Amino acid sequence: MNFKLKVWRQKDGAAPGSFRDYDAKDIPSEASFLEMLDIVNETLVGIGEDPIAFDSDCREGICGTCSLVINGIPHGPGKGTTCQLYMRRFADGDTIWIEPFRATAFPPIKDLVVDRGAFDRIIEAGGYIVVRTGSAPEANALPVPKHVADLAMEAAACIGCGACVAACPNSSAMLFVSAKVSHLGLLPQGQAERESRVLQMVREMDELGFGNCRNHYECEAVCPAEVSATFISRLNRDYALASAKEALAV
Amino acid sequence: MATTLDSKVPSGPLEKKWDKHRGESKLVAPNNRPKFDVIVVGSGLAGASAAATLGELGYNVKCFCFQDSPRRAHSIAAQGGINAAKNYQNDGDSVFRLFYDTIKGGDFRSREANVHRLAQISLNIIDQCVAQGVPFAREYGGLLANRSFGGVQVSRTFYARGQTGQQLLLGAYQALEHEIAAGTVKMYPRTEMLDLVLVNGHAKGIVVRDLITGEIRACAADTVILATGGYSNVFYLSTNAKGCNVTATWRAHKRGALFANPCFTQIHPTCIPVSGPYQAKLTLMSESLRNDGRVWVPNKGKDPRSPDQIPEEERDYYLERKYPSFGNLVPRDIASRNAKEVCDEGRGVGVSGLGVYLDFSDAIQRHGESEIRERYGNLFDMYLNITNENAYKTPMRIYPAVHYTMGGLWVDYNLMSNIPGLHVLGEANFSDHGANRLGASALMQGLSDGYFVIPSTVANYLATQMGKKVSAEQSEFKAVEDDVRRRISRLLSIKGKKTVTTFHRELGLLVWDKCGMARDAQGLQEAIQKISAMRAEFWENVNVLGDGAEFNQALEHAGRVADFLEFAELMCLDALERKESCGGHFRLESQTKDGEALRDDEHYCHVAAWEYTGRETRPNLIKEPLGFEYVKLSQRSYK
Repeated sequence: MNFKLKVWRQKDGAAPGSFRDYDAKDIPSEASFLEMLDIVNETLVGIGEDPIAFDSDCREGICGTCSLVINGIPHGPGKGTTCQLYMRRFADGDTIWIEPFRATAFPPIKDLVVDRGAFDRIIEAGGYIVVRTGSAPEANALPVPKHVADLAMEAAACIGCGACVAACPNSSAMLFVSAKVSHLGLLPQGQAERESRVLQMVREMDELGFGNCRNHYECEAVCPAEVSATFISRLNRDYALASAKEALAV
Repeated sequence: MATTLDSKVPSGPLEKKWDKHRGESKLVAPNNRPKFDVIVVGSGLAGASAAATLGELGYNVKCFCFQDSPRRAHSIAAQGGINAAKNYQNDGDSVFRLFYDTIKGGDFRSREANVHRLAQISLNIIDQCVAQGVPFAREYGGLLANRSFGGVQVSRTFYARGQTGQQLLLGAYQALEHEIAAGTVKMYPRTEMLDLVLVNGHAKGIVVRDLITGEIRACAADTVILATGGYSNVFYLSTNAKGCNVTATWRAHKRGALFANPCFTQIHPTCIPVSGPYQAKLTLMSESLRNDGRVWVPNKGKDPRSPDQIPEEERDYYLERKYPSFGNLVPRDIASRNAKEVCDEGRGVGVSGLGVYLDFSDAIQRHGESEIRERYGNLFDMYLNITNENAYKTPMRIYPAVHYTMGGLWVDYNLMSNIPGLHVLGEANFSDHGANRLGASALMQGLSDGYFVIPSTVANYLATQMGKKVSAEQSEFKAVEDDVRRRISRLLSIKGKKTVTTFHRELGLLVWDKCGMARDAQGLQEAIQKISAMRAEFWENVNVLGDGAEFNQALEHAGRVADFLEFAELMCLDALERKESCGGHFRLESQTKDGEALRDDEHYCHVAAWEYTGRETRPNLIKEPLGFEYVKLSQRSYK
């Protein structure tokens, strides 16, 4: 298969970027999207041109490293991550636009690579249950109803890729934050820090320049881990309750 | 030059050794801990759990990873589960049984004392992870669920859907982030360790490259902990993430750390076959598929018919034929080796001829499609996404792939290498899995090392280092920094004709062919010669564009491949020296009359630890004899 690529190239975070045209020739239909870029890069190196920088690691859809916007959609057409997209989804001769995840809180590093460290800052602000190693009680001492554990697992499935932010017109990180707040807030183990957690995480999110949720649901549509936007409602409830209690100092 | 190795295994009865050892180890008092700097390299299960726990204890920790976030380390990709001897199922499990299964699964090539400690600590790991909020699967009554795994006879595996590694890693990552917020851990993502610094023979720091700016800098500490994973990517194609590499452990080896059992690699039987030379990595599918799938190839080679057109009597269900009592459920190494054998005979399926069928039609007929969908739906979907084939209608094609390495840097009972102050955790060390790792044991070992072993044993070392602070301004650091800079300049100055990936792929094909599922002296000798030639060509003809002071992925890859090109030779040499077959190491010259792996306990019941002696000289082999007091060595049979 052959494709016309329009790829965002940007030397570093300070330099301006622009789209450049490349031909992707003789691509096997069973190659993945990232393997297609590997092939293009091998050709570029052969003619002495700087290869296209992009992030990837596990290439099986779980690590959350890959982060391309393909034809305007984070992770491209279909469900799943960029690395799980295969060229047979495109038609021979297609023109494909490739861009980085764009958001104020995700500053560019080079070409298609951006810095998503802001997500780590949000977790730092409270996305954990504090357990001193060695002091945990016997695991079965605290039963967790199966439906609660299952729902917590659905929230915990978030891979932290940032597609939700890239898809949102407001660059909101609410789906990401709600996934962690729900995962830990649903479980009995997470109750002690439930209120401080949601307040700190939301405040950190605002501080970092992420926007607010206005119910576009673009995040849910592109989420490769299929995290549901209903967790955002849960986040809003937890936040409202915690901030009211904080204001009333109870 | 070292000649003998002291494993520092404590005396006394097996089940009391760890308690006794902790009781006798030196301590560092809470008010003194912030005075000690600890470097942790790697943020997977072992690294993140170690960094978080040491930070919590009050040490001043610096943690490094090459990924953009510690949450993305490759531990995240583990699917199946984590073992623990909780005996929640009341099916006869115990610490001793987990210990015994692990020793036997490793084909009697690991240390009894280490493995027993691992089995003991498995209980604490589950408690710790549940308290952190790891959403393990549960029964309707709210208690933890278990499943059986990897050919053992009890259900001791805890799991979180098919994402156990992800959930355990997020637990450790969140603990780490809490310590980062508390200021006890400073995190350095997108930073790669490129060398180890020794001061007076002790590991006192590392030299790293900032992957965004390209800046090279040295970092000093009181001890260095490596938790940098395995070396499966020496084979180019493996189930490991693209970034996994041997660089940290190999550079430590070149500075004096012994590399133990590098030839012990594990090849997983149920992976999606290679589809073409452009392929960047292989995808593993849970081996639970073998519970219901039947493995077969056509009787005749190059059969052009589609599988449903091949009648029953013209199919060879070779595992069922050769191993009637275990059938399709033989251990990983045996299933893998047999797949290779039928493909070598020319009976492999698919365009490449490197694949065998895994057929669910009988199971679908017996249980109905909906039941099979219930059991394996996500795997069938994944298979469809990657291959565009519907496994409900046509058999899957599978082929073995490298996915874990049991070898690693030699460590003693304290997880300290022969270099004082250099500790090695998780897959990066050699210690617990012998010649073959059991399913659901890798996660257990990573967390055992990080949460529970190192916090105790590192104090034992640090207590001897009061008042011996070093500075990154010292000449030892400057010298190593210069070495690293010189090497990078050299890589960038070659500007040859071949890409880094081309070399990596060539190396991978060679070691897969000669040091993969079956090995013999002739092939290994040939490989050693070819690797040496390949390495020489690499340093004359590789083409790395750009410069060092920028974000340069080709340069990162070049450094890693240069190390693989050196490491591969040691792996083949170790395979050549170990003339027995054991676990994942199958020497064609050492097999039973039925073609099974034949151990030679008289000559090879030891750990082979290799000492680097220079670029042009043969490494020095030091043997640590393995003694077995509590288990009886036996020949595995699955007929």
